[in-house]
Amino acid sequence: MSAETSTPSDAVELTSTSAGTYSPDNPAPVIEPPRARTSRSPKKVSRTNFEMWAWLFMRLSGIVLVVLVLGHLIIQLVLDGGVSKIGFAFVAGRWASPFWQLWDLGMLWLAMLHGANGLRTVINDYAERDTTRFWLKTLLYTATVFTVFLGTLVIFTFDPNIQ
Amino acid sequence: MPAGTLYRGREGMWSWVAHRVTGVLIFFFLFVHVLDTALVRVSPQDYDNVVATYKNPVVNLLEYGLVAAILFHALNGLRVIAVDFWSKGPKYQRQMLWSVVGIWIVLMAGAFYPVLQHTLRTVFGS
Ligand code: HEM
Ligand code: HEM
Repeated sequence: MSAETSTPSDAVELTSTSAGTYSPDNPAPVIEPPRARTSRSPKKVSRTNFEMWAWLFMRLSGIVLVVLVLGHLIIQLVLDGGVSKIGFAFVAGRWASPFWQLWDLGMLWLAMLHGANGLRTVINDYAERDTTRFWLKTLLYTATVFTVFLGTLVIFTFDPNIQ
Repeated sequence: MPAGTLYRGREGMWSWVAHRVTGVLIFFFLFVHVLDTALVRVSPQDYDNVVATYKNPVVNLLEYGLVAAILFHALNGLRVIAVDFWSKGPKYQRQMLWSVVGIWIVLMAGAFYPVLQHTLRTVFGS
């Protein structure tokens, strides 16, 4: 390159194989723009903004969860002797109040959906085969629906006089 | 510095790894936690029996670990949100990470006695 005295000092250096020899018979290599679809992209094109809403949901639910989960931990693990006081009677006292029922319900739904969506990202990142991804996600969604359903049922059907 | 092409991020990569690991751990805990709470629908005795494991000294220590995971995930999550939505976020992301670590250490020190008080009282106390 230094032999070519006409090259300005700030020009991009070209390697000897690519320098200046492009022609219709020897076209320059094409570099796809980052989001262009190529023959290697997945066939299905998403027509929704699902990923954008999921991204936004992670952030909004995260902010609410700071209050709900840290509040829960302070109540359960710090106040009134820490973990010592927990038992059926303690839960009965708390769920006698609609306020704490609603708190726990919101925490259940938001934490489960936030965590499930986070795990979906993790599965997408590490499970490389289509079938592995499919089965891991099926397991994840089944466990999530089951847990949210069970937790909701438990809050609404709680009976302090069970027995 | 290594000569290879292996990607080595700096603090930002490690905070991302820690955020991911803590998030997955909390999710697994929550799954078990909803199952153990569901025992209130079975009987007071069954519920109290399972809650007794929460009061075991080793499990009590695990609870301190859970608090550590949640505090990091929560503080770092707020940092991620600030990086995404605050115009100066990306510029200060490193300072914010070290603030997260600092606040985390202070809160963990403060949580030590309250969270472990059950163990400290029953095992070491009178
Ligand atoms: C070791 C720490 C924890 C203890 C000792 C604990 C204790 C309890 C107790 C006693 C209840 C019964 C209801 C009540 O009193 O509010 C409960 C419910 C609940 N907790 Fe926790 N908790 C802990 C950590 C967490 C964390 C980290 C989360 C969220 C990620 C969480 C989410 C929930 C939810 C969603 C419910 C409602 C369950 C349902 O709908 O059946 N807990 N917890
Ligand atoms: C305490 C308040 C919380 C805040 C502020 C928070 C914040 C966040 C944010 C902003 C993200 C997105 C990160 C990104 O897109 O790079 C995220 C991811 C995640 N969160 Fe949370 N979160 C909280 C609680 C929880 C809870 C309770 C769970 C579990 C049930 C959880 C599990 C996850 C998982 C698994 C991910 C995905 C991690 C990844 O993709 O690397 N988070 N969190």
